[in-house]
Amino acid sequence: MINIIGAGLAGLSAAMTLAEKGMNCRLISAQPSERAQSVLAEGGINAALDTMGEGDDINLHFEETMKGGVMLADPNAVAALTGNAPAVVEKLCRLGVPFNRNADGSLMLRSFGGQKKKRTAFAKSSTGKMIMTALTDEVRKYENTGLVERFPHHTLVRLLIIDGSVSGVRIRDSYTGKMYDLAGPVIAAFGGPAGLFPSMTTGTVTNSGTAASVLFGQGVRFANLEMIQYHPTTMEIPGKRCLVSEAARGEGGRLFVRKDGFPWYFMEEKYPELGNLMPRDVVSREMYYVKSEYGDVFLDMTGISDDVWKNKLSDLRDEIMHYFSLDPKTDPIPVEPGIHYFMGGIYTDEHHRTNIPGLYAAGECACQYHGANRLGGNSMLGAVFGGMTAAESASRLPGLTDEIMETDPDDPVGGEVPAEFAKQVGKILSDGLGIVRSGDGIKKAADRLRVLKCSDAPEKLRKEFAHAMLLSALGRMESRGAHFREDCPDTTEIFSKTTVAEYIEGTVRITFEDIPERRNK
Amino acid sequence: MIIKLDIQRQRSSSEKPHIQSFSVDTDALASVAELLERINSEQIPDDPIQWERSCKQKKCGACAMVINGRPRLACDARVNEYPKGVIKLEPLKKFPVVCDLIVDRSIMFGHLKKLGAWLEGEAETRDNDISYEASRCLQCGCCLEVCPNFYPGGEFFGTAVLVPASRLIAQSPEEQKKRLYGEYGEHFYRGCGKSLSCKDICPAGIDTERLLVNSNAAAVWKRKYRKSKDSGPSE
Ligand SMILES: Cc1cc2nc3c(=O)[nH]c(=O)nc-3n(C[C@H](O)[C@H](O)[C@H](O)COP(=O)(O)OP(=O)(O)OC[C@H]3O[C@@H](n4cnc5c(N)ncnc54)[C@H](O)[C@@H]3O)c2cc1C
Ligand code: SF4
Ligand code: SF4
Ligand code: FES
Repeated sequence: MINIIGAGLAGLSAAMTLAEKGMNCRLISAQPSERAQSVLAEGGINAALDTMGEGDDINLHFEETMKGGVMLADPNAVAALTGNAPAVVEKLCRLGVPFNRNADGSLMLRSFGGQKKKRTAFAKSSTGKMIMTALTDEVRKYENTGLVERFPHHTLVRLLIIDGSVSGVRIRDSYTGKMYDLAGPVIAAFGGPAGLFPSMTTGTVTNSGTAASVLFGQGVRFANLEMIQYHPTTMEIPGKRCLVSEAARGEGGRLFVRKDGFPWYFMEEKYPELGNLMPRDVVSREMYYVKSEYGDVFLDMTGISDDVWKNKLSDLRDEIMHYFSLDPKTDPIPVEPGIHYFMGGIYTDEHHRTNIPGLYAAGECACQYHGANRLGGNSMLGAVFGGMTAAESASRLPGLTDEIMETDPDDPVGGEVPAEFAKQVGKILSDGLGIVRSGDGIKKAADRLRVLKCSDAPEKLRKEFAHAMLLSALGRMESRGAHFREDCPDTTEIFSKTTVAEYIEGTVRITFEDIPERRNK
Repeated sequence: MIIKLDIQRQRSSSEKPHIQSFSVDTDALASVAELLERINSEQIPDDPIQWERSCKQKKCGACAMVINGRPRLACDARVNEYPKGVIKLEPLKKFPVVCDLIVDRSIMFGHLKKLGAWLEGEAETRDNDISYEASRCLQCGCCLEVCPNFYPGGEFFGTAVLVPASRLIAQSPEEQKKRLYGEYGEHFYRGCGKSLSCKDICPAGIDTERLLVNSNAAAVWKRKYRKSKDSGPSE
């Protein structure tokens, strides 16, 4: 019996993979799959399928993923990801994902940032929802045969660790308040810690960051926590940031500022080759600087054809019109970078194992594949493929019992922190970990965090995890990918390493570890 | 503007519900979801109103509740849609209350399981358009709330299964279709009075009427008359 925490793309994919092997698992999630952050993904999923006659191949996908991540990702893991990507997307087709297609029936691919070839398969601008529906239905088949058991309103309380190995997990039924200890190995698939930055991300409230904080406090090692992706094009809506998918630029949208009264398409002038589709870290940083000089940045989608609006971007247009009463077909829209993705997370090896035997991690909660900057379309791929890989690994040591025991409901760990406390931590973190950072700024943020009073275990754990984020950024005395420090603007060879944060005897310790060498093919 | 919120509260399903009233000063474009968050953190941090939410972008269905008598998503309902300045919030009524505005919607997921809402073989991608529309369902339950024929525990499962089933009817290989058609007939077609109360309620804007006509045609009419060899749905 294997326990999967999280029922987004990574959790569903892990459950499906185990069930296909005839193995049992429990799929535990704070809310049903329909409410997971994965349903928000819009733009698409990458695979070098080469259906657009551009001569794309898996090696180029590998190279661009490594380069986009500024050589911080594990090359063996990335090679497995990019090499298997076509098979992953073909599998999704068999599960019924209604991807857009070319006239000849082959998959249509679109351009995404940091990639010279069209490589992103998509279903209009609701790709995540379409894949989630297909995977949810597929997993339901196994729920029916009893291989998958759902716990759909249950949150993680803590891992059960005996003699340094994970023997199970404690969960809480949020409807009844009861707690249960479930035996068996654990696959963490609880998504990125969006809740560390309340109202400041494109993600969901459910991904509160609590699960990550708990695991960190229990000695699970986290990697590259300083690598936080600011998506270039977001807009503010009540209580969060609304994403304007990269597909908008992939299909021809152009960024500009007004300079001397005329639009200046700064990305196209500065980066003639990839222009508006440079990797996200580069675009966000350029926007930060041009904005400070020339004011608001706009996204001009007025040149996109009617056909593309109708067949590829209809949902995006509806959304912008709904929230902003602006028609992007006729008017440029004001956009700003916003927090969108966490490249860092639970430190895993290429088999998605963690430092604690019996614990595996996949999807956005894990640090894998994306290095210092994730390419658009690679994270859904990473979540689905990572879920499969973690399941393969976990299936080798599936645990001996499948016991469930009701337990004392008074465990103080695992509860959510009050909104006000979360907000305070979020403010401190965002001050220290903006698009452009400095050693001084990060130190000041860490000082403010240190004096923040916490009243219970969840608050203390959140504070320590936030601290680990800041110290990771402070320790990386260089600039690379999403981590840009004005006081150390160069990328340096000595930091071609993974930042590892660990909680030992009540203190956060940061070390830098070598990245594995690429094996011969 | 000042808004008065009357919110139905109860600590558990066994407790009798009561109304707690709040007044909030807010801008007209705020969503009901935002007001709930504000009330919780500013007015009653020690006894917050329990409600479910996730995406805050009308894409996940978590925050469905009854707002001034109509089932809606709290993150999609804006203050300026209620010019009288009074907003009443109640939990969805067709599901058991867990507490305050949280209801247990597991019955919907149970129905999908009972219907056999999955593919047995490889998807046949004949009608991407229907599959796309049908895959958008949030499983929020708003359509069940307004349906005069749906009641929990009955054999009629309502639009919340019709919509997902439409994808499977469109994509299933032939052998599976027969089973699905049977289930569909029993749990949807026979019970639906075609009153279309569910038509304009879907917060995802799913054209439920079109899926209904399409799936009925495929599952019931084509089979009855066997006019066409192709039993797949068509537009
Ligand atoms: C708006 C938006 C658009 C995006 N667009 C794209 C795109 O076009 N292409 C792309 O590749 N990527 C995109 N991404 C990123 C991608 O969607 C995510 O990285 C990916 O879906 C993450 O999947 P996951 O399974 O790891 O986590 P999630 O989908 O976040 O799932 C997390 C699961 O864990 C559960 N959970 C959380 N906390 C707890 C807890 N404490 N206890 C129990 N369960 C818990 C949740 O209920 C949920 O089931 C986008 C992201 C956003 C926000
Ligand atoms: S048409 Fe009427 S009876 Fe049929 S599902 Fe809709 S509301 Fe219910
Ligand atoms: S059909 Fe619409 S109203 Fe009904 S459950 Fe699905 S999304 Fe909600
Ligand atoms: S919170 Fe997701 S629909 Fe309202």
